[in-house]
Amino acid sequence: MSSIANRSSRSVIIFSSAFVLLWVVIASFPFIWTLWGSFKVQADFFSKADWRNALWGTRTMIEAGGTFTGAGYEGAWIQEEFWRAAINTMIVVVFTVIISLTFGTLGGYALARSGHNYAFWLLMIALVFRAMPHITLVSGYLLPFFEWNLWGHLPTSIIVLVAINQPFTLWMLHSFFLNIPKDLDESAKVDGCTQFQAFRHVIIPVMWPGVITTGLFSFLLAYNDFAVTSMLLSEDNRTMVPAIAAFLGSTLEEGNVMFAVAAVVSATAPLFVLVMFFQRQIVSGLTAGAVKG
Amino acid sequence: MRHKTFFWFILPSLAAMILFIALPLASVVIQSLHIEHEQVIVTTENCGPFGCTEESSVDTEATAALRAEQPLGRFAGLTTYFDRGHLATAEVAEAWRSRDSLGGFFSELYNLPFYKALAFTLTYTFLVTPLVILLGLMIALGVNRLTPVLKGPTIFVSLLPMIITPLIGSLILFWMIDAQGVIGKNLQWLFDDPDLSLKASPVLTWITLMVYGVWSSAPFAFVVFYAGLQTVNSDSLEAAMIDGATRWQRIRYVVIPHLSPLVVFISLIQLMDNFRVFEPIVGFSAQANATSLSYIIFADMRSDITRFNSAAATSVLTVIGVAILLSPVLVRTWRDFKGKAA
Repeated sequence: MSSIANRSSRSVIIFSSAFVLLWVVIASFPFIWTLWGSFKVQADFFSKADWRNALWGTRTMIEAGGTFTGAGYEGAWIQEEFWRAAINTMIVVVFTVIISLTFGTLGGYALARSGHNYAFWLLMIALVFRAMPHITLVSGYLLPFFEWNLWGHLPTSIIVLVAINQPFTLWMLHSFFLNIPKDLDESAKVDGCTQFQAFRHVIIPVMWPGVITTGLFSFLLAYNDFAVTSMLLSEDNRTMVPAIAAFLGSTLEEGNVMFAVAAVVSATAPLFVLVMFFQRQIVSGLTAGAVKG
Repeated sequence: MRHKTFFWFILPSLAAMILFIALPLASVVIQSLHIEHEQVIVTTENCGPFGCTEESSVDTEATAALRAEQPLGRFAGLTTYFDRGHLATAEVAEAWRSRDSLGGFFSELYNLPFYKALAFTLTYTFLVTPLVILLGLMIALGVNRLTPVLKGPTIFVSLLPMIITPLIGSLILFWMIDAQGVIGKNLQWLFDDPDLSLKASPVLTWITLMVYGVWSSAPFAFVVFYAGLQTVNSDSLEAAMIDGATRWQRIRYVVIPHLSPLVVFISLIQLMDNFRVFEPIVGFSAQANATSLSYIIFADMRSDITRFNSAAATSVLTVIGVAILLSPVLVRTWRDFKGKAA
């Protein structure tokens, strides 16, 4: 920071600070606004009279007797049973992450240590698979799953999400394992370990930072998915995102929009916590691919 | 690593990918070549006092039985690809013959569902990608100048639009731009037009969707560029400065060349992700004015009668689109690989 190259004129500093400030507002305002608005009634959040009503809660005061109301949350979680969707999401996400990482570490390790041509080709195929729009794959599943009675169950969605996740997981863990010195497992093999024993006793203890980073992205993919879960799950097994989409079908009823707003805020909260605790891992994960690529 | 060991290590991952990515692609191709069974028609002869008449009626039971027995339908070859819902060759040829101007031809084309979706998908992909790169670079340059204390919180806030569930992110913005929402109301006030609605016109809908796309993807470009900026050689920056380079020239000739490999990486990821744009259209309820290839597949599967063959044909065309999009990268990688081997 002390190098001369980084010193610059006052106007440049002001301009760039103003730009960053503007970006921070653009990036955060929608979230703050929606969080604030989720405690108001619909007549304030979508105000026919004046948008500032949402700030002071004018109608909320009249309708609910206070400037804040938890009616939206109550409606979503209790009346519409959003908790079922939350539990389903938890099941899907936990299993998807665990299975993806198990498959991915084995595969990524093999790709990083192979050195044969086919390892390169597998990575290329994985890249092509990574580019496939998820909905095209779903249109391939739907008919067979109907026929074999696999449609609608949580395990089906989990294994599909694991598979869709594999290309990315493989790439990421592959580049991560390349960074672990080959000498480690080579020397274990010289000492008489099989490849799997070397992996088990030498690599597994040192692989956790990379696995956690990759796990975060698997989590995001499973948690944020709409294409797969909305098409492959029956109504009882819905996860949060398709459940929110279903709320919207009945938006015309007064008050129902606030259910959706409350559900949206509830579904966003875990993501906030995630970024708060794992910001450094997410940043390093995003850049890991770039440095190798 | 020996072939056999490699095989056992990669097996679970490979099996998952073959079963749930490669086979579905094959299944999509097969489905697209089939079409639902026609209704079974039975002809009965009714003989009355005035002679015999032939009457045909639909045998619903037999139709249902046939459809249940062979859910795939009957083989139809490529017909689905060329029908009105997809490539619509007949309609396109007709529009071309009867065109009065090139613009008229394109507006005819735009009335066909597949071309309408293709137009939006391509426009979205090729406008959002460069804008994301540009905005990401500007934010990265800006954040890089901040005092270290502010960097952490700024990066935290910047990550939010990216990690948010796409459907939820677009819903949040959708509610805000509603004519009665905070942004919608203020835009009406700003343009002094009480009827202004971002949902009404196709152009405004397209712009809204693209603004959402840039908002949600810029953080990704920002983070990658920001990490790249940490590794810029400060000696070359100082050398450029001593040689009299202005701030802009330093960015142009030292920083940007350093970041250019990252631009390739970001564009690759962004092209792949933007080409499958889907959730924002659901979130913004924009299907009347803007549809994407992914969206029309979804709509086919969501309609009252699931049109498997139509969804499958669009899927195959989409996959071909992805292949075309990726081909420069694949060709380049192949050349690099051959170069390394030689």
